[in-house]
Amino acid sequence: MQKTDDGQHAHKKPPVLEVRDLVKNFGGLRALNRCSLKVAEGTITGLIGPNGAGKTTLFNAITGFFQPDSGRVLTDGQDITSLPPHGVFNRGICRTFQIPREHGTMTVLENLMLVVPDQAGERFWNCWFRPELVHRQEREIRDRAMEVLDFVNLTHLADELAGRLSGGQKKLLELARTLMAEPRLVLLDEPAAGVNRTLMKRLSENIEYLRRERGITFLLIEHDMDLVMRLCDPVIVMSEGRRLMEGHPEEVRNDPHVLEAYLGGQYGAA
Amino acid sequence: MEPVDLARASFLFLPLVLLGLLVFPGRPVLRLLLAVVAAAIVALVLPLWLPRGILTYLASFSTMAGIYAILSLGLNSQWGLTGHVNFGVAGFFAVGAFTSALFTTKMPEGALAAYSQQAFGLEWPFLAGVLMAGIIAAFVGFLISIPVLRLRTDFLAIATLGIAEVIRFIFQNERWLANGPQPMRGIPRPLDCLFADPACSWLPARVANWLAPLSPRDYVFFYLVVVALIVAVVYLALERIARSPWGRMQRAVRDEENSAAMNGKNVTLRRIESFVVGSFIMGVAGAVYAHYVVSIDYSHFNPLFATFIVWVMLMLGGSGNNKGAILGAFAVWAVWSGAAFVIDMASPALRAISADLPSRGAYLRWMLVAILLGGIVLFRPQGILRERKKVSDFLPKDE
Repeated sequence: MQKTDDGQHAHKKPPVLEVRDLVKNFGGLRALNRCSLKVAEGTITGLIGPNGAGKTTLFNAITGFFQPDSGRVLTDGQDITSLPPHGVFNRGICRTFQIPREHGTMTVLENLMLVVPDQAGERFWNCWFRPELVHRQEREIRDRAMEVLDFVNLTHLADELAGRLSGGQKKLLELARTLMAEPRLVLLDEPAAGVNRTLMKRLSENIEYLRRERGITFLLIEHDMDLVMRLCDPVIVMSEGRRLMEGHPEEVRNDPHVLEAYLGGQYGAA
Repeated sequence: MEPVDLARASFLFLPLVLLGLLVFPGRPVLRLLLAVVAAAIVALVLPLWLPRGILTYLASFSTMAGIYAILSLGLNSQWGLTGHVNFGVAGFFAVGAFTSALFTTKMPEGALAAYSQQAFGLEWPFLAGVLMAGIIAAFVGFLISIPVLRLRTDFLAIATLGIAEVIRFIFQNERWLANGPQPMRGIPRPLDCLFADPACSWLPARVANWLAPLSPRDYVFFYLVVVALIVAVVYLALERIARSPWGRMQRAVRDEENSAAMNGKNVTLRRIESFVVGSFIMGVAGAVYAHYVVSIDYSHFNPLFATFIVWVMLMLGGSGNNKGAILGAFAVWAVWSGAAFVIDMASPALRAISADLPSRGAYLRWMLVAILLGGIVLFRPQGILRERKKVSDFLPKDE
């Protein structure tokens, strides 16, 4: 019954992200059930599905927060299944969390400065013996962080503690954080949840801009269908731990199976 | 002013300058000037104003508080920076103390060897012993951290508490290692010939004359200078790396491990790093303690005396703030020492309550510290000095 249209989005070079037959069990519950999908370079791919479909579990498995029981995760054709989170990050994959996980006792500015990989000052002996180098890098990183803050309109909050931001501002901070890393692929977990309309519009404009101008690929989980329909192409539908279908937003919207998964899965059983 | 008071004042000068630098705000040059002037005045006034006995007590009090300040700084680099709940401070303190003792003492010979055993005695100089104490404690910390740092919060606390007890029992039972249940004696005091009669042969005559009025009992004034210098070095070194991109990573790991990992930071390595740095500092504190008390045994390193009081110090001073760690060490040590006097004075009243209450004064002291801890946690969990908002001092100050 599964509708496949792999051919439509096939590229000659390997996809920026490919998930093959991923399985993850939590005790008796099979959260991911031979889940397979591909994310093509330069797309904003939407990932939707009813609650409990395994979307966030998939993100956790991709980013190395836990090992899948079987299956593989590849980026540009290279296996990253067994890498820890920081290893996944080093392959150019960033993610945000459903509930923002800012570093609450640090300023917004330093939350961003933290992200830059391989800083000289991260080796503590450099702070004693090569302070000039650390000073110079800090200035560069600070300037870059201010640019990113400007991009997400948080400049006025640069010296505020991240823990004091509003929910929506934290979401913007999460997006800003991924930009400090200059990623190839960004996984966004419900970027618009709890964000008001104005902020949401800005958020989606930012995402679209980054795809267009910087060539960053996005895979985003979202429950706000307006946002998904406007922003994403293609859209992947997950249900019960596997991919149900994939297609243009219009196709997905009109597919009876999707409707069934949402309504049947959520309300039929109740 | 008599020569003896003048000589003592000269030893007080340097620790007071360092204290001034720590306390006074302002620009570096101005601060130094202010600290030097203030220290000179206080160093001259104190011996005139206080009876000699009290001054000696004050010096030995400050020496001990300084040793605790080193411990507290070490704990701050673990708990304050990265959030490790290390309840095994005593273990690293013990490793440092015994290591330095082994490296600096002389291997017992002849009749003495029958009574006193130790694994080796290398007669290295004091500073080499201190350095080795730090290195060996750091190495032990590294070995322990690999399995133990998989644990978090209270589980980590239980594991480290257990390890510290194991270390203490090793020193208690392994006679060949460091004389087992008997104390290890004769740990050399650095430059104690300064106060001997005749003084060290290499000493210029003028200095020897200057020190002549002092007796070996005044050695604590010199050791106070040593401790103050070591506290200063540890403070500066730790402050430098805590206020840097490295410290920023540590704080990120403490606040939110998952996010730090997803920002490309190797959380496991970072946690091990700060644990090892803290162990090194605690080891140094152990060495400084050993050379101060001259004779050490396993009983010095019990959890109450060497772990929990350090926790109270850091919590009171301010977790995550290195100045707070030092302040807390002095404040709690003052409460602890002062409580002895208060309980002594209150003993008639205590006897009125119950005949054998005065003999249990020691427990009342601990109760006081426990109440203090409860008060801190309830009313000022962040401590006297808060953690600073901005982490990195390498950030440009302009704009």
